[in-house]
Amino acid sequence: MCSTILSLDHIGLKSSGDCILKGISFNIEKGEKIVISGPSGSGKSTLLKIIGSILSPTEGRILYKNQSIEAIEPTKYRKEVSYFFQNASLFDQTVRDNLSFPYLIRGETFSEEKARGYLEQVKLQSTDLDKPIKELSGGEIQRVALIRNLLFEPELLLLDEITSALDQKNSEIILAMIERLNREKGKTILMVTHDQKQIAKADRLICLMDGRLEEAI
Amino acid sequence: MNGNLEINNLSLLFTTGLLLIAIFIDYKQKLNLGNEIFIAGVRAVIQLFVIGYVLDVIFSVNHLLLTFAIVLFIVFNAGFNAHKRSEGIPHSLLISLISIGTGTSVTLVILIITGAIDWVPSQVVPITGMIASSAMIALGLTYRSLSSQFTDKRQQVLEKLALGANVKQASMSIIRESIKTGMTPSIDSTKTVGLVSLPGMMSGLIFAGIEPTEAIRYQIVVMFMIIGVNSISSIIAGYLAYKQFFNERKQLIS
Repeated sequence: MCSTILSLDHIGLKSSGDCILKGISFNIEKGEKIVISGPSGSGKSTLLKIIGSILSPTEGRILYKNQSIEAIEPTKYRKEVSYFFQNASLFDQTVRDNLSFPYLIRGETFSEEKARGYLEQVKLQSTDLDKPIKELSGGEIQRVALIRNLLFEPELLLLDEITSALDQKNSEIILAMIERLNREKGKTILMVTHDQKQIAKADRLICLMDGRLEEAI
Repeated sequence: MNGNLEINNLSLLFTTGLLLIAIFIDYKQKLNLGNEIFIAGVRAVIQLFVIGYVLDVIFSVNHLLLTFAIVLFIVFNAGFNAHKRSEGIPHSLLISLISIGTGTSVTLVILIITGAIDWVPSQVVPITGMIASSAMIALGLTYRSLSSQFTDKRQQVLEKLALGANVKQASMSIIRESIKTGMTPSIDSTKTVGLVSLPGMMSGLIFAGIEPTEAIRYQIVVMFMIIGVNSISSIIAGYLAYKQFFNERKQLIS
């Protein structure tokens, strides 16, 4: 039995007279893994940013759990619908600074045990918690950033070409983590990717072309 | 007043030779600053002569409301100039007036309560000018730092927002850095005072025949009041201005 977690209703975006997105409508069911694909410049990342409330559409509306996201406090919404950047970066000094940030913004005490557990899940050392971020490789940065988004297990995870700049080993580690979240914890995944393996594994494929919905399979 | 302190019109005229040196250097080095130097020199002469005569009147009238009006005039001008240096931050005039107004008021009240100065125009007006102009420079630095950091650290702010941080949590490191930038010059100049420079207040008093050991007391007050006003103004401006970089949906404005 599926329940709709998010609905896009004729989403459009115009910027400086240009039409970036037009008339995008589709539903996302809870627990689904959906891939958005399409050529460069077709508006995939922009659409994901709109769903993540990083940008606002100029047309249409988005319903999250049957409520317009305009009516939901943005900070509350973003804690449940988490956007993960294509080239995520870390801030401050150490891995700990980054992994404690989600706790800080919720006013909760940092759980070292949980953070170390997640580090091991993405094949990092639990002792890396106090490692300076300057000493991390690109793949390690991406893995730590992913944990930062996952510590409080958002309902819907928006992934914007997260493995496009990574080698095979790092990609596999991250994708395995995403797979577990989707299959074992029932978290909903909406990802932009060109990776044919990921497209094949998805429940649904949405294709964008020139800012319009080309097809939904 | 001793004879050395008198500057007659002829001496004043001869000192324009210093400006001519600057114009000559400009000409030789093709710096295209000749007009600027000339205009700056003329403006300085006119503005200072006007303010000299205005202050003469204000000091002789010695009226509470007139002194207060001059204080407001100085604060408004400082706020307006800080606003012009705000690099397009929305509502920067109001933010500058609130920041400089509060910083100046608090500092003046403390100086008067502690007995460092009296509420007489000959003390309040020059001190207000020193405080407000210092706050104006501090605000210019704070605004510039805010603008450049919101550009340089855009990705970091976006990532924090995407994690569910509110605009204050997403901007905290930028706010702190900007306030620090506004405050640092006054702290640095306080550290080196007497070693690198003999500042204006102290030099003026020594010129006027006050003993150096007495003049330093005034300079200490001036250095502390400048650190005070810069801190107050920068912190208020920093915390009011950062919000202008976001829209009502708590999104970073591009």
